[in-house]
Amino acid sequence: MLAYIIRRLFYAIPILIGVNLLTFALFFMVNTPDQMARVQLGDKYVDPQAIEAWKSQRGYDKPLFLNDREGSEGLLTDTIFFDKSIRLFALDFGKSDEGRSISADIYQRMWPSLAVALPTFVIGLAVNIALALFVVMFRASLFDTAAMVACVVLMSISGVFYVFAGQYLFAKLWNLVPISGYLAGLDAAKFLILPVIIGVIGGIGSGTRLYRTLFLEEAGKDYVRTARAKGVPELTVLFRHILPNGLIPILTSVVVVIPSLFMGSLLVESFFGIPGLGSYTLDAIQAQDFAIVRSMVFLGSLLYIVGLILTDISYTLVDPRVRLS
Amino acid sequence: MKPIVKDICCKVSRGYQFVCQPGRRLIALALLASLVACSDTTLNSPHPAGEDSQKIIAYSSFSERPKHLDPVRSYSADEGVFIDQIYDPPLQYHYLKRPYELVPNTLTAMPEVVYSDINGNPVAEDSPELVYSTYVLTLKPGTYYQPHPAFATQASSEQGEDTQPRYRFASAADSAAFKTLDDFTESDTRELVAADYVYQLKRLADPANLSPIRGLLAEYIVGMNEFAEQVTAARKQLADEPRYQQTRWLNLDNYDFSGVKLLDKYRYSIQLKGKYPQFRYWLAMRFLAPVPELVDEFYHQPGLADRNITLDWHPVGSGPFMMTLNDPNEAIVLQRNPNYRDDFYPTEGEPGDAEAGLLDDAGKRLPMIDEVIFRLEKESIPLWTKFLQGYYDRSGISSDSFDQAVSIGTTGVDLSDELKQLGIKLNVEVLPVTYYFGFNMLDPIVGGQPLPDSDQPADPVAQEKARKLRQAIAIAYNEEERISIFLNGRGETAQSPIPPGIFGYQQGQDGINSYVFDWDPNIRQEGASEPGAPVRKSIEVARQLLAEAGYPDGRDAQTGEPLVLNLDTPTGGGAASAQQIWLIKQFKKLGIQLNIRGSDYNRFKEKMVTGNAQMFQWGWSADYPDAENFLFLLYSKNGQVVTGGAGVNSSNYHNPEYDRLFEQMKLMPDSPERLAIIKRMIAIYQHDAPWASGLHLHSYVLDNPWVKNTKPHGISAATLKYRKIDTDMRAELREQRNQPVLWPLILVALVILVLMIPGYRAYRQRQNYRVMDAFKRSSGAPANSSQTTDSNGGQG
Repeated sequence: MLAYIIRRLFYAIPILIGVNLLTFALFFMVNTPDQMARVQLGDKYVDPQAIEAWKSQRGYDKPLFLNDREGSEGLLTDTIFFDKSIRLFALDFGKSDEGRSISADIYQRMWPSLAVALPTFVIGLAVNIALALFVVMFRASLFDTAAMVACVVLMSISGVFYVFAGQYLFAKLWNLVPISGYLAGLDAAKFLILPVIIGVIGGIGSGTRLYRTLFLEEAGKDYVRTARAKGVPELTVLFRHILPNGLIPILTSVVVVIPSLFMGSLLVESFFGIPGLGSYTLDAIQAQDFAIVRSMVFLGSLLYIVGLILTDISYTLVDPRVRLS
Repeated sequence: MKPIVKDICCKVSRGYQFVCQPGRRLIALALLASLVACSDTTLNSPHPAGEDSQKIIAYSSFSERPKHLDPVRSYSADEGVFIDQIYDPPLQYHYLKRPYELVPNTLTAMPEVVYSDINGNPVAEDSPELVYSTYVLTLKPGTYYQPHPAFATQASSEQGEDTQPRYRFASAADSAAFKTLDDFTESDTRELVAADYVYQLKRLADPANLSPIRGLLAEYIVGMNEFAEQVTAARKQLADEPRYQQTRWLNLDNYDFSGVKLLDKYRYSIQLKGKYPQFRYWLAMRFLAPVPELVDEFYHQPGLADRNITLDWHPVGSGPFMMTLNDPNEAIVLQRNPNYRDDFYPTEGEPGDAEAGLLDDAGKRLPMIDEVIFRLEKESIPLWTKFLQGYYDRSGISSDSFDQAVSIGTTGVDLSDELKQLGIKLNVEVLPVTYYFGFNMLDPIVGGQPLPDSDQPADPVAQEKARKLRQAIAIAYNEEERISIFLNGRGETAQSPIPPGIFGYQQGQDGINSYVFDWDPNIRQEGASEPGAPVRKSIEVARQLLAEAGYPDGRDAQTGEPLVLNLDTPTGGGAASAQQIWLIKQFKKLGIQLNIRGSDYNRFKEKMVTGNAQMFQWGWSADYPDAENFLFLLYSKNGQVVTGGAGVNSSNYHNPEYDRLFEQMKLMPDSPERLAIIKRMIAIYQHDAPWASGLHLHSYVLDNPWVKNTKPHGISAATLKYRKIDTDMRAELREQRNQPVLWPLILVALVILVLMIPGYRAYRQRQNYRVMDAFKRSSGAPANSSQTTDSNGGQG
């Protein structure tokens, strides 16, 4: 397995280079270093000297991809792309265009992201599985049909509506939780209740439908029929037979998401004022801070690759028939 | 605990007794609800419990994290909210007096200005031999900085007579243990001295610090460019030194700045080229606030910048407040500076201030609050909700909330009944801001001016035609309607670039733009004591001008082609599109087709810098309250194109007479002579119409009833020290406004219970279902089998 993981990690290198190259090309297609300098320096009294000084301080005074001024030695290396990209592979994100350490910011902001994403993920998973099992228990009944209609309705409603409705009801009308905000430590709990509830409710429609389908597939298999034939109670059938086997596809689809939980949610973080990595990325895009955008895209890609590797590993753990080689 | 909360607890407890029989879930839920309800704080508070029980805390918010808190770099008004409370420039604005008045801040008196000739001999202010003006500034002794680790010292010898800075690191490894500023456990203070102001001026002149006003002040301060060259050369020399590579530290005190002199411990001077009366306003801005050399050195130590321990993030000042927390992901906290000097609330203001209670605290010591907590609020709806709930002391009014907050009737602007019941107060002020719809005067159709690098002379006929076209558009563009529809009436049409409250602003009939408006003596303006108001000229006048411009009915008289004009804008979609439809209608009144060219900000800015835009919308917020700071928006040497984007004359307007008058006016003190020149400049502007229209924004700020001593100040943000909070009233009203409503939780629990009971019964029924029983029921045969059905209906 170790050889497999190492091989997969090596495969990741060209992928990450490609992602980085694409991010770089897309970003600089719409933003020149001069424009970035203007955004950072503001509108008032910004003269060409200040723009040149800003570019020079941040290394944006070099050519983008090819430096033919420096001769063959620095043709590729003395460029913005090389300067800004090579350190990423050592996870050295450098400084933002505002001059702040990106690593320090990421470390600080990943905790609020996790504080929202992790409970939403865990509780959402549990609720969706529980509801799916409940619906499976009454499958092919009127309740099943009604539940699926409800799921489709829940899926059809925009996530923003859940946010507004939740904020209006829980925070404004009933005064039960703060409408938005975040405090570090244990004080964070009261701010997380509403986004987590909304995140869970927002995911019920699609989650329950998907898991119901997976459980129904298991419920129709011979070993389940045999269990029932032996007189095993329905709850035992569900929890001892259907659930563990139905969890294999669920687990593998879920594991890939786990590393990405660090990256936060743009929607929830933005509306609830949670200072996580989702809003960090959004702010950087708006501020045209290439250093942060590049770092976050790189980190996202890296975590996704890690997620895929973890998925492969999890296959071997939950299904003994699978072996990595 | 307040009685009303007790009552809720009792109700919940009774509810618990009542529901204990049906099920454990409901019991648990009710128990949780009762526990929550018995808490001694409101449930929806975004602040930690008991945070303001011991201190007087003001609560505010911010929507974007400040980019820069270094006074040499920071220029945004949003950043000023924080650092203008921390840094102490030499001058400040009087809090209450209007028009705005400068008064000493850390100085003993207003700066003494000495005029001299080329040899340094004193000359009169109006002498033609005047070459330099020198500002001599004298500090009050006894002003101290906030406690900070940069000032901490330790004995440098065993005898302990000499001291050296406590925190000095040879390498990044040495400083590795200091992850945040809080890890520096020792701190101290130091007296504010003139050398600190001198050092900050050197920092401002150093190009490495990227001060936005370096270029502008270098035109005036003697020796600034030479100093910049010196330090740039020195930095280049040091570039390969390992220590410099780690720290980027250069002691600027080692380099001479000829225009800035340290006279003694409390006195320093700044020498300017010629006269620049507006320089006194720069002395009230953060750029010229003091930064000691040892603070600069402290932050330039190896490894600190990598952990975001920089002056740009952790300001150090001698002002009324100090920043104790800078976590813009969550909150920014300003605490009272324990070393703050003697400073007192003003004892006089303008008429009406005493009646408004603004002089109730006259002569009292400042600041009047212990702490200000700014919390991150990105969205307007949560911000508004928290203000109404009492968790923020003050709020602006977003468009979403305007109708809920304000009603505009025949009697003028008034608060809604809902807000009146909450005791909220409204502060309205005209901001020293001008937004305008401009023409690019270099454009051949709407401008007609020759390009700056062109040898061709201007064509007077084409220029006159373009002028009439601009005048026609100026009449058709109904700014009053725009303000009413899109700004909820929060603004007024600009008759000139100068907003109300600034010397040179003209009210009444004298002030109107007679090319666009007529004066109707029978109409009374809102809030005016005398009847009379400007009335926009009829569209027929505009059409006549358009025909004279060569475009009768919006078509080229020679070719018959429709006239198509382009508006370049950095916006698009959403609310902007409604405005764009409105804009198209304005031009359609004249038969002109308006083409709106939306692009991102970068493209828009590029078009402006290269002079490729035809029409555009722009705005200007005053640096200081002087007509010069607005009239220079049309001074030709400030043209965007000629300055490569650095200039503020976005229209690239060029009128030699206007330029001459501007150069004359900017050197004059406010006087009848200056006013006459300003009037002439405005007349030129109105005749030439480089802007189709303009507006001055009104600021609407709401105060909760416990907030005192708030008077909007359009120029200065350093007003927190005057604010007063009645914390008892706040606590009481907060509790009244935020009583938790618990019945929905109980209802949800009941609904779940109601749903579960039949579900459970159905499950039991299904578990106990026997095929033979069913068979017996249908056929009448006795049941003797225990076979069950599977849930698909098949037999097992």
